[in-house]
Order: sequence, then structure tokens, then C-alpha cells
Amino acid sequence: MAKVSKSPWVLHYDGASCNGCDIEVLACLTPMYDAERFGVINTGDPKHADIFLVTGGINEQCKDVVKQLYEQMPNPKVVVAVGICACTGGVFKETYNILGGVDTVIPVDVYVPGCAARPESIIDGIVKGIAVLDQKREAMKQGKLPELNVEDISEDGKEQASANEAQNAEAETTANAGEESK
Amino acid sequence: MTFFSWPLAIGYLILAPFIGGFFDGLDRKISARMQGRTGPSVFQSFYDVSKLLQKESKMVNHLQQFLVCGFLVFVVFTGVLFFAGADLLMIFFALTLAGIFYVLQASSANAPFSALAVQRELMQMMAYEPMVLLTAVGFYVVTGSFAVREISLADRSAICLMPGFFLGFIFIMIIKLRKSPFDVSTGHHAHQEVVQGLNSDLSGPVMALVEVSHWYENVFLYGVIGLFILNNQLWSVPVALVVCFLVFFLEILIDNVCARVKWQLMFRSTWIFTIIAGVINLLVLILFHLGVK
Ligand code: SF4
Repeated sequence: MAKVSKSPWVLHYDGASCNGCDIEVLACLTPMYDAERFGVINTGDPKHADIFLVTGGINEQCKDVVKQLYEQMPNPKVVVAVGICACTGGVFKETYNILGGVDTVIPVDVYVPGCAARPESIIDGIVKGIAVLDQKREAMKQGKLPELNVEDISEDGKEQASANEAQNAEAETTANAGEESK
Repeated sequence: MTFFSWPLAIGYLILAPFIGGFFDGLDRKISARMQGRTGPSVFQSFYDVSKLLQKESKMVNHLQQFLVCGFLVFVVFTGVLFFAGADLLMIFFALTLAGIFYVLQASSANAPFSALAVQRELMQMMAYEPMVLLTAVGFYVVTGSFAVREISLADRSAICLMPGFFLGFIFIMIIKLRKSPFDVSTGHHAHQEVVQGLNSDLSGPVMALVEVSHWYENVFLYGVIGLFILNNQLWSVPVALVVCFLVFFLEILIDNVCARVKWQLMFRSTWIFTIIAGVINLLVLILFHLGVK
């Protein structure tokens, strides 16, 4: 099983960040830090990703996007919140449009603090995420998915079919839920 | 003597994924070194595929799965025919058919990024197909046969009379190996524009099938490169292997040097190059009555 965790593909999404953390995330891929030596690929495609790297807080506009990206990722998957904004809302916490950290919309597995989070700690966060990924994979093999559905977290929890099926329909439900709450 | 026979074809069937996967990893390692990075392990491609096999599969529709299997089957069919020494024209048509399956797979997803990728992939196919067909014709003019088996039994290496075809084929290999242009490419690099190209809507085990198909395809393509060198002498075999390796290195170098090529440039340059290298070479062969009648 050790081999499996050697291939974490990352999806990077920029919520309401100041772009400080995003620059650090990209710095992880440069020759200086070279996250690819751990097999990390910055895919840009949720359907290929194992690790969802979110930077910045969540606001009304990006809330649905984050949910949809999370839904589109196949199991097992891990969410890493990068930067203090993604963890709690950070300096933007008190502003009128910020809902808070990433965990207000989707379940977060690893929190990477810092403003901006340093590349070293981001890589550490990814490595921690890989460990969680392994646990989830084992759980998935035994037939139980430890995943929380996003609806369990969002305020207006709607009735939801199996998370593994009809993901498009599901994304729509999520989007509608978002509109209603506006 | 020729090695193109059924035992070799069976060897291809079994070993090509390992060879292709290893060279895919080596490719990423060398690319990383060229960029001053450490790069992943040379076995990275195998780790990736074994991970994909364990992921959940989120299918957009069931047709897609069928079409991806069609892609794999026809790529393997192409390679097996080639290494069994069959007819080169049939081999290239089988390869095109495999390509069509791959395109259909993405168009069946009915998603914006896939649709865009389909358009660009078709554009790519239009760009490289003339050179592929010319290569088959060139082999015929030079050796008097379309059969891979007989081409490899010629008295002298085909490359002596068809250097233009050889260069042209190297040129289209850049596209076939999915190295360049960056806005169509589905390679493992950060420099892609269309999310993941034709693979955008694939996930898990189905995506793994696509990866394995590419390994089969790549081994076949280097086989064609080798065919330019092979003749009825035994020494041509190691020479062919060395040339394949040099071309492998050259392709990586081109990929890293021309990271920002867009599809418009690819389209124009491929056709111009096809005309300069392929057509002129063919005219010379015909006008001066070189090669076997
Ligand atoms: S944590 Fe700091 S650097 Fe990162 S997005 Fe927030 S404010 Fe910007």
C-alpha cells in the first residue's frame, strides 16, 4: 500500500485569498521545493485529484464552487486548508461577506496555519494529508466511507442520494441550496 | 534475419506496459532534471496507475467506458500487428481508429472542457496524419513493400534513402507523445491550458486504462523509429535501439525548449515541415528512381 501514497495528485483552489498563499502553493512546485519528487501533480481537474488544497476563506460566491469541486473528486479524497484564512477566516473573519474557513462548507482533514503558509509547511500538510488518504483508502476497502457529505455541514441540509452516484444531479442540488440561502 | 514475428508480438503484448511505463517515468525524471528539479521516481508512472486503479470511478456515462476500452484494444491491436510484421498501411489505419475511439470517448462526456479538447485533438490529427501516411508511402517506395517484415529485411536501412521522412516522423512524434503544444497536451505537466484535455472527464480505473494505452502506443511509435534503421544485418538492431533512445532524449529536449507552443503554430509548422521534409524526399525518390521498383 505504500506505493499508493506515492502519487498524490493535487487540486488547488483559490477561495477568497489575498493570493499570498497561492504564490506559496505554486512555490512548492518550483525547483527550490519540487513537490513533484513526492509524485505530486498539480492537476487542475477535480476528477483526477486526491488532495484538495484550498487557500483563502469562503464567501457566498465561492461556496458553491468549493462544494461542487469536492463532490466531483472521486473517493478517497482529502481536503487540506492552506493558510490561516482557509483554516478560520483569518484577518477577513469579521468581514460581512466571509463565511469563515473552508470547514464551514466541506469537511477539512488537515489545517496548515501561517500567513502566508510557508512552502515547507504546505508540503508537510500534503504529507499529513497522504496519511489521512491511506486511512480513508483502507476504510473504503472495508466498505465504509468515512466521508461526510457536504450537506451534513451546510446549514440547509437537504435529502441526498448516495454520494457516489449521480454527482451531477447532486451538484445541482448543492447549487440550488446555495441560491435559496442567498 | 528479422525479429518481426508473432513471438515478438506476444512479447510486445506482455512487456510493452512495463517498458512504456518505465520510459514514461524516465521521461518525467529527465524533464525534471532539465528544469533543475529532483523529479519523481522513475517508477512514478506505475505508482500513478496503481493508485488510479484503487480510486472510485465516477463515470459520466457507460458509453465512455466502452470507448476507452476500444481505444486500448485498438492501440494494442496496432502494436501487435506492427511487431508481428504486418502491413504498415493497415497498422496506421488501426492507430487512427484507436485515436478516433479516444476522441469519441471525450465527446460522449458532453462537457465543455472535453468538447474543447475534442476540437483540438481533431485539429492535431489533421496536422499529423499526412506525415503518417507519407511515411508508409515512403517505406513502400524505398523497399517495394508495405509489410513491416519485408521492410526490416531490406539490404540497407530505410533511413539512407528517406532521411526527410525520418525527420518528419520525429516531428509528429512530438504531438503523438502528447508533448506539445501545451494547450492540447494531456501530459503530466503544469503547462496545460485545457484542464486535462481528452481525459478531463475520466477518473479512477478508466483513467488508468488510458495511461496504459499510451504506454502501448509509445512503445509502438518508437518501434516505427526503429524500423527506419533496421536492415538484414544483425548490427542494425543495437543501432536501432540507440537511435530510439536518442530520439527519446530529443523529444524531451524539444518539449522543454518549446513549452509555449500553441495549437495554431503546431498546425502550421507540422504541415510546412511535412511538405519540406516528407514531400520533397518523396519527389526526390520518385524523380531519381531511387529505391526498389
Ligand atoms: S493566510 Fe495570509 S497570505 Fe494566506 S490568503 Fe490569508 S491573508 Fe493571504
